[in-house]
Amino acid sequence: MNPTNETELADAIASAKGPLRIVGGDTRQIGHPVDGEPLHTSGLSGITLYEPGALTLVAKAGTPLAEIEAALASENQRLPFEPTDMQGIYGVTGQSTIGGVVATNASGPRRIQAGACRDSVIGVRFVDGQGQILKNGGRVMKNVTGYDLVKLMTGSHGTLGVLTEISFKVLPAPEATATVLIDGQTDEEAIASMSAALGSPFDVNGVAHIGGKTVIRVEGLEGSVNYRAAKLVEKLGGTVANFDWTTVRDLTDFAGRVGDIWRFSVKPSDGPKLGTALRKIGAFDVQFDWGGGLVWALAPEGSNLRTVLGDIGGNATLVRASEASANLPVFHPEPKAIEFLNTGLRAKFDPRNILNTGRMG
Amino acid sequence: MDLPEPNSAIIARKPQIVARLQAVLPDGAVIYDEHEVKAYECDALSAYRCAPLVVVLPSSTDEVVAALKICHDEGIPVVPRGSGTSLAGGALPTADSVVLGVSKLSKVLETNYEDRYIRVQSGRTNLSVTGAVEAHDFFYAPDPSSQLACAIAGNIAMNSGGAHCLKYGVTTNNLLGVKIVTMEGEVLEIGGAHLDAANYDLLGLICGSEGQLGVVTEATLRILHKPEGARPVLIGYDSNEVAGACVSDIIKAGVLPVAIEFMDRPVIRAAEKFVNAGYPDVEALLIVEVEGSETEIAEQLALITAIARRHNPVELRESQSEQESAAIWKGRKAAFGAMGQISDYMCLDGTIPVSQLPFVLGRISEMSEEYGLAVGNVFHAGDGNMHPLILYDANKEGDLETCEKMGAEILKLCVEVGGCLTGEHGVGIEKRDLMTTQYTDADIEIQLCVKDVFDSDWLLNPAKVFPLSLTESRRAS
Repeated sequence: MNPTNETELADAIASAKGPLRIVGGDTRQIGHPVDGEPLHTSGLSGITLYEPGALTLVAKAGTPLAEIEAALASENQRLPFEPTDMQGIYGVTGQSTIGGVVATNASGPRRIQAGACRDSVIGVRFVDGQGQILKNGGRVMKNVTGYDLVKLMTGSHGTLGVLTEISFKVLPAPEATATVLIDGQTDEEAIASMSAALGSPFDVNGVAHIGGKTVIRVEGLEGSVNYRAAKLVEKLGGTVANFDWTTVRDLTDFAGRVGDIWRFSVKPSDGPKLGTALRKIGAFDVQFDWGGGLVWALAPEGSNLRTVLGDIGGNATLVRASEASANLPVFHPEPKAIEFLNTGLRAKFDPRNILNTGRMG
Repeated sequence: MDLPEPNSAIIARKPQIVARLQAVLPDGAVIYDEHEVKAYECDALSAYRCAPLVVVLPSSTDEVVAALKICHDEGIPVVPRGSGTSLAGGALPTADSVVLGVSKLSKVLETNYEDRYIRVQSGRTNLSVTGAVEAHDFFYAPDPSSQLACAIAGNIAMNSGGAHCLKYGVTTNNLLGVKIVTMEGEVLEIGGAHLDAANYDLLGLICGSEGQLGVVTEATLRILHKPEGARPVLIGYDSNEVAGACVSDIIKAGVLPVAIEFMDRPVIRAAEKFVNAGYPDVEALLIVEVEGSETEIAEQLALITAIARRHNPVELRESQSEQESAAIWKGRKAAFGAMGQISDYMCLDGTIPVSQLPFVLGRISEMSEEYGLAVGNVFHAGDGNMHPLILYDANKEGDLETCEKMGAEILKLCVEVGGCLTGEHGVGIEKRDLMTTQYTDADIEIQLCVKDVFDSDWLLNPAKVFPLSLTESRRAS
């Protein structure tokens, strides 16, 4: 199905006889594949409103991410949450759509300071599992009118409704960027440095430990960036160096390598303990973002890395799964009472259970 | 404003209900004397009052569980209450309800500077959260005007904002986790010290749900290191339009101040009279604040003042000292109080796209003439969150009704130009009946379905947020 507008999309869902697989650019193939007739959103494309002076952009869900980023760049603005591009790790090439970004809450390194995708989305239009066109939020950045279904829809992986249009709060792009690089730190040392950076007044907005390097980013007006980078070097050591943050954002070191990819969200100070446990259980490679709170692991196919969480609070997602891991849940199993709420919500939004059936349990 | 008919059968069972609650709660935690419960008859929307049947003041999550289980069993509506500072009537009781106040839940449970969070009980006041971490030079960013009194529980219920949310976001962007008790008495831990949900973003759903999905007893909040310094600049213009254009140009220029506040002439004059802040007598006044080290502040202010000068300000005053900074903020912070000295007022909270500021301000002043009620405007201009204050005389027959009618017109206008009914105060009872101007019945129905999932008997704060006609069948069942 290839609807070209919201009404056609609503009709397609209302008249669907069986499960639908919601497809944007098909560039974020999280977890196990789902069955169903493909419902493509790429026909709903285009920026519908962009007011740089109000820091607001509204686009249809099938709009290519690249088109949005180009429009923002022409006004020296950007999406605050630094959306990830996962094509490398999935070994696909295509046009990532903004709907896919929002459906997967795809947030990059800047999430630690500027918030996740869910923090930048200020309004959604979507079609629920019965083909009803619904909206929530709007196009203003402060809005507490009714329940915040915007947050609920963001990151719901197309299981509660199919996004048709999304409004964002955007931010000015910085005049300058600098990265402080500290080489050769252990996980413990790295996380101590990253915590010190995040607990400083220097407004860092990227803090990662990858391939033995600890990297700390500051952005803003040029004088301010120079000042803060120098202060961080003074405090933590290291040097101001060139660094390509897309390697952190897109996990480029994991691209083309065999194995399952797991993503852990934990309290940053639990990072070293988790990293050690992951390596012990057989992970080939471990990387830290978000000051140590986001831990990526590349591991043998079929191994259940989730077991290492134990008494460490947080969650694990099987981001790239193999056939060998077909029996492992992709999203972190929830306590019964919360699962009850999730199931209840799904039953209300998609009573026939036809939208990306089984993707989130 | 209508409230549902109280259930007389519940009222008739008051003695048994009180006895059951007393059996599970400590002495003094159950208030039922009809004079004593009057202290809970309203919140900061004091034009509406109704004493509840009973008030309970639990001191632990376990006591909240015990109280809710009884209320659920008895089928009694429960109105959760933080500090009672809601401007929207979020904590207004009904005569057949139990008010569940969290004021005794005020402890700090954990502070963690390495991972940058604080875990508190939900009755703790907003300002005392910062108070608990400021010795380490940390702070909690959301800063509603009522921050001295308002509770974190209410901040979460209404997803409160404040003057500095242009940079730091509102409550939902600073909330990491909650412990919440459902109406059935089940305790859920949602979120925590880590970021982002494993599955659906229930934390995001709970924040701003106006106490209708559960009672939050604990919260994990993000704390930040204080900036090295902060400095405001005061800019006066002879028209609202020009001030609005200046705001837009500052935002477009790529520098993001932590706050851009706007006051119009009636508010400037009232504030000046009230606290002698030294404000110029102009049509529109902007306070723009930036943060950082000395050099960073200078760099940002140079850019901002250059933009401001292009719009020919009547006055441009860069603070030269701590005292001057305090004076610049003094008037703004006292603005609501100053207006209160002049008259009773109703404070609206609609948000509009920043580009519509001049048009909306113009329309508001026309409406002011039409309805014969004066209006002052003071608001967060950077994010378009307006706070028109409509002045009225509570002792004058019909004045409140005229004021409400005009308020509704202004809010409809906010929606018409692409904005919303409420930016940070919440819907409560105040804007309940206007929800249909912003949302279709289907948009509202899906929200009611969410409440069905969390509170299938519709006992938690049931007469709020949505038009009564749309919730009647659910509340009756």
